[in-house]
Amino acid sequence: MIALLRRDLMLAFRAGGGFGLGLAFFLIVTVLVPFSVGPQSELLSTIAPGVLWLGALLACLLSLDRLLALDFEDGTLDLLATAPLPLEAALSVKALSHWLTTGLPLVLAAPVLGLMLNLAPSGFMWLIASLALGTPALSVIGTFGAALTVGIKRGGLLMSLLVLPLYVPTLIFGAEAARRGAMGLDPGTPLTLLAGITLGTIALMPFASAAVLRMTLR
Amino acid sequence: MTLSIQNLAVARGGVPVLGNVSFAIAPGQALILRGPNGAGKTTLLRTIAGLQKPLSGVIEGADETIAYAGHADGLKAMLSVAENLQFWAQVFGHSDIEAALAAYQLGPLIDRLAGTLSAGQKRRLGLARLMVTGRRVWVLDEPTVSLDADAVAMFAAAVTAHLGAGGMALIATHIDLGLNAQTFDITPYRATADTRSGASDEAFL
Repeated sequence: MIALLRRDLMLAFRAGGGFGLGLAFFLIVTVLVPFSVGPQSELLSTIAPGVLWLGALLACLLSLDRLLALDFEDGTLDLLATAPLPLEAALSVKALSHWLTTGLPLVLAAPVLGLMLNLAPSGFMWLIASLALGTPALSVIGTFGAALTVGIKRGGLLMSLLVLPLYVPTLIFGAEAARRGAMGLDPGTPLTLLAGITLGTIALMPFASAAVLRMTLR
Repeated sequence: MTLSIQNLAVARGGVPVLGNVSFAIAPGQALILRGPNGAGKTTLLRTIAGLQKPLSGVIEGADETIAYAGHADGLKAMLSVAENLQFWAQVFGHSDIEAALAAYQLGPLIDRLAGTLSAGQKRRLGLARLMVTGRRVWVLDEPTVSLDADAVAMFAAAVTAHLGAGGMALIATHIDLGLNAQTFDITPYRATADTRSGASDEAFL
């Protein structure tokens, strides 16, 4: 498992590995929002938590395409399926490496971008907390979507359509926690629900992902 | 332990292609699969490797013993030869890649990125992967594609050594490898009308 994680991380950082793709997209979206909305700092600080969360979600979605498709094309998935490593574990590792290369940089970059959107000072901590709690769920659910569409040539559109509805609860509770934090309200309830969604998906989704992957491989 | 196949029926894309296939491979033996294009060699090998479920029949002795090599080599273009091989060795719980590198004369290429190798060199690396798995049954689908005569000899030597150590091999190929092996022609086992019933194994239909 560690070998697989190390290989995926190594590949992500080498040329053409796609590290930074999601981060760059996140940066572009949040930098452009103030230009399109206009220089009303009141309005910006109201929409900041939502915009940051939406940007993070779309950035995650953007990089899902490569998650399994590359391994499918060069035959690695076939070989992994016959390896001693259970497919469930292999897919959990894949989701983890996706989070480390996409979700974690987003969490770390969010406070800087929060400044540009005039996020209220009290909101920074809760924004980071909600993103750190929520983005793992995005990676795990995304792995399921990738497994479902891996055999389809250019299945990106189909995958986005399948995955987006599954992302909605995470987005609602994540953005709500960040918004409440920014307004000085208690973000406990949405954060708890967000954590529940994340833990639930981490526990259950790998089994669903492995089941659909076995179906698409044969 | 013997790999034994009894009355196996396999399907590709929901359409049965082979029925009533039975054979057995004892330790130290190899079996060469033959048949025209589209006869179902790949489907049969993928079923035995556990990548798809058989329609009916029994596969014994295939649990956690098979190293499969299909048309694609599972190489990462941006990893070096050594890194690719090391990765597969670790997945299968081994660490020694020297023997595999030596058997396919990959030593001089060890630091090259796999993406810069020629087709034959990639294939050699893909075949070297079998040696680091430590698995006893090699299930190979057209292993000699894009190999030159020297590389085919390396491959034959590697298979012979593997058989000598008590391993088994099931190889679909069209060329003569010079191995001391039985040949199994799958042409007579084309699926008949009665295996066609119950063919729909699609979960979402």
